[in-house]
Amino acid sequence: MKRRSFLQGVGAGALTLFFTGPAGAAPIVPTRPGAYPEDFNAFLKISADGRVGCFVGKTEIGQGAMTVLAMLVAEELELDPAQVDMLMGDTDLCPWDLPTGGSLTMWQTAPVLRGAAAEARAVLLGMASKALGAPVASLALKDGAIWVKSAPKRRTTFGELVKGQKMERHLGKVKPKPLAECTVIGRRVPRKDALPKVTGAAKYAGDLRFPGTLHACVLRPPAHGLVLATADTAAAERVPGVRIVRDGAFLAVLHPQPDTARKALALVKGTFEGTEPDVDDGRIYQYLLDKAAPGQRVVSSRGDLAAGEKRAATVVEGEYRNAYESHATLEPHTSVAKWEEGRMTVWSCTQSPFVLRDEVATALKLGQDKVRIIAQFVGGGFGGKLVGPGAVEAARIAQKIPGVPIQVAWNREEDLFLDGYRPAAVVKIRSGLDAARGGITFWDSIVAGVSQGEAEFPYEMQATRYQAPAVPGLHPLKIGAWRAPNAHTNAFARESQLDALAAKAGVDPVTLRRRLINDARVLRLLDLAVETFGWDPAPGPTGRGIGLACGAWRQGFVVALAEVRVDKSTGKVRAQRFLEAVDVGLVVNPDGARQQVEGAITMCIGQALSEEIRFKGGRILDKNFDTYLLPRFSAIPRIQVVFPDNPGMPTQGIGEPPVVPVAAALANAVFDATGARVTQVPFTPERVLEALKRVPAK
Amino acid sequence: MDAPVSFVLNGKSVTVQSPRDRMLVWVLRDELGLTGTKVGCEAGLCGACTVLVNFEALPSCSTTLGDVAGKSVLTIEGLARGGKLDPVQKAFQDHHAFQCGYCTSGMILTAWAFLKKKPKASRAEIVEAMEGNLCRCGAHVRILEAVESVGKAMGGAR
Repeated sequence: MKRRSFLQGVGAGALTLFFTGPAGAAPIVPTRPGAYPEDFNAFLKISADGRVGCFVGKTEIGQGAMTVLAMLVAEELELDPAQVDMLMGDTDLCPWDLPTGGSLTMWQTAPVLRGAAAEARAVLLGMASKALGAPVASLALKDGAIWVKSAPKRRTTFGELVKGQKMERHLGKVKPKPLAECTVIGRRVPRKDALPKVTGAAKYAGDLRFPGTLHACVLRPPAHGLVLATADTAAAERVPGVRIVRDGAFLAVLHPQPDTARKALALVKGTFEGTEPDVDDGRIYQYLLDKAAPGQRVVSSRGDLAAGEKRAATVVEGEYRNAYESHATLEPHTSVAKWEEGRMTVWSCTQSPFVLRDEVATALKLGQDKVRIIAQFVGGGFGGKLVGPGAVEAARIAQKIPGVPIQVAWNREEDLFLDGYRPAAVVKIRSGLDAARGGITFWDSIVAGVSQGEAEFPYEMQATRYQAPAVPGLHPLKIGAWRAPNAHTNAFARESQLDALAAKAGVDPVTLRRRLINDARVLRLLDLAVETFGWDPAPGPTGRGIGLACGAWRQGFVVALAEVRVDKSTGKVRAQRFLEAVDVGLVVNPDGARQQVEGAITMCIGQALSEEIRFKGGRILDKNFDTYLLPRFSAIPRIQVVFPDNPGMPTQGIGEPPVVPVAAALANAVFDATGARVTQVPFTPERVLEALKRVPAK
Repeated sequence: MDAPVSFVLNGKSVTVQSPRDRMLVWVLRDELGLTGTKVGCEAGLCGACTVLVNFEALPSCSTTLGDVAGKSVLTIEGLARGGKLDPVQKAFQDHHAFQCGYCTSGMILTAWAFLKKKPKASRAEIVEAMEGNLCRCGAHVRILEAVESVGKAMGGAR
């Protein structure tokens, strides 16, 4: 691949083009935080040699944003995505954007970027029309060249037209190409980050090598709720090259070598004071219910619950729980900060460059314009890097040592201790089914620990009440957004409850869903999933070990089918086969979307079966991957992914939706295999054995 | 101060002055500037720091500099030859057998060592060989496909 772009010249050739801007480059268009710029020049720059650079405030966390956004620009400008250089997540160079989370990239940023590219195309055609003395309608456009269709020798190029300057003409909103004319959208496109990632050249925040860098290790309390009181640093200070930074309860040990800094930190003797929360991973659910109960708050209510209950022929009362779960990105939080000439630059593994800029500015009492965030390749996010406490630590130290780059790279124990977990939660549902086994007569749900977000699905229900007590400071541990927050907790509860209702009433779970679903698009999706997977209708448990669950994220819908094998002597669950049918509207990058679904299913096999943060008071008992169990290769089922053709609906985003129904589908499959209902995520072998004990003998 | 330690790194002889008990991952990343080898758990549990020592896949976070004295060490940076990707790298690229990429160096080197020993591997054997490497993004199915495809191209795989 030949690169001659304006982004060239930094680092080792083609591999470092993104995230490394031209030295001293300034944004072409000043942008206002909180709004996308209207000038397309903020997103796109055409260099003198005709290459197109695309500037976006999103980051590449593995989800493929770099590739799919380049596809949209390429589509409108008639380029190959390889001809678009991406520069992402630099708050000085990129226009403001929302965090890279919540499946927002394709939903919110993509239409804006595509619109900018469409306008740029129209402007370029207009300029060519003038230069070539031919009407726009007579021109053709491809690979950065524009020519007169009837006289191909009358031609010009993007580079000649623009000469590296900002394009001054504006046309306002220009419609993107109609789908029928699109050649890039829907195509399998090579990932732009493939080469740097398979050669080890991709730079993550910890890979930056600034001369004179000091590596900082921060002294941590042994438990949440405790803070540093006194510290004896004498032994650490005897290590040659060590520097101590102390600021109140914050203490860091610095050394030019990362491993020496870590060893020296271990020599610091600290005493800590404060109060640990009085709860542990066993008592947390009652704790949440007790604390939340007095604050009952109805989020929505419809119909007459009491009357609905009278009409019910089958009533089920269920309680569903999920544990705290870590993001456990393989790359621990890592940042490098440098304080120079009154300005803080932070190179970081962030999902939210613009939010992090404000986080750092606020923490250091600096103006927003005094902070620059430069995102690097991010080694996994899943919501865990929407916040950047490690980046703030690096900046805090850097401010005290002007001109010296300070790296803070958490180790695994810190990463598991300091993460903002997926909240532990309890959902209680009481609901009933009518005698015809086709109508939910009432559905009464209360959740403690998360919100009622995405609790509802397009199911017909006669009377509903959703409660979610809002208690500030409810959680004893730090919580955060974990891929499809709230939605996966609520889907686990809802879909387990429906499965229990179906079983009790003796109706096939797919048949029940068919009767309840009140949206033709979702019904078609259910059919697609069931036809692809194969399903012989029968009320559970059938012994086959097949489970169904549905999930929603905004207007993106998913139907999941799981097949499991349960070892009844050990309680171990093995997922054999997993299918998801996913309708997120127009699929721009089919292979990228498929990767997101495969990844979500795989990740949530860990969520469903093994991942749980164990704690006692403020002490986090899981310190590494020996007890915090991510799914390994032997746990991965055969995975099938199907997308219905739905090009008429705008792309909804794909990061979160496929996460939503995974645990529920697996739990329902465990029930189908054994008759045992697992109600707590993760359903570890111990919990499965307990559930098996509760199965009444035939 | 320890005596300098020499070993062959990606085909070239190197001599480093670090203490013999310094972990190889830090020698590679911090002293020699080869950052393709990643740090994930520092306990040999995740495989992100895997390198090949005499063509055997080892976690460099749990291997000391002294351990590799006089031996040959291959890192991800040494796999491509003459600007041409190694077949395992190429397979990972073609199958998109990664997402965030943080585990990728370790995955490729683990697969490489395994395929060298056993090109005619079954899927179950590949799973077993890769079991020590964690991927958080869930690229597993593609990694298995990629590794299998290299085996097939080498005339192996059942």
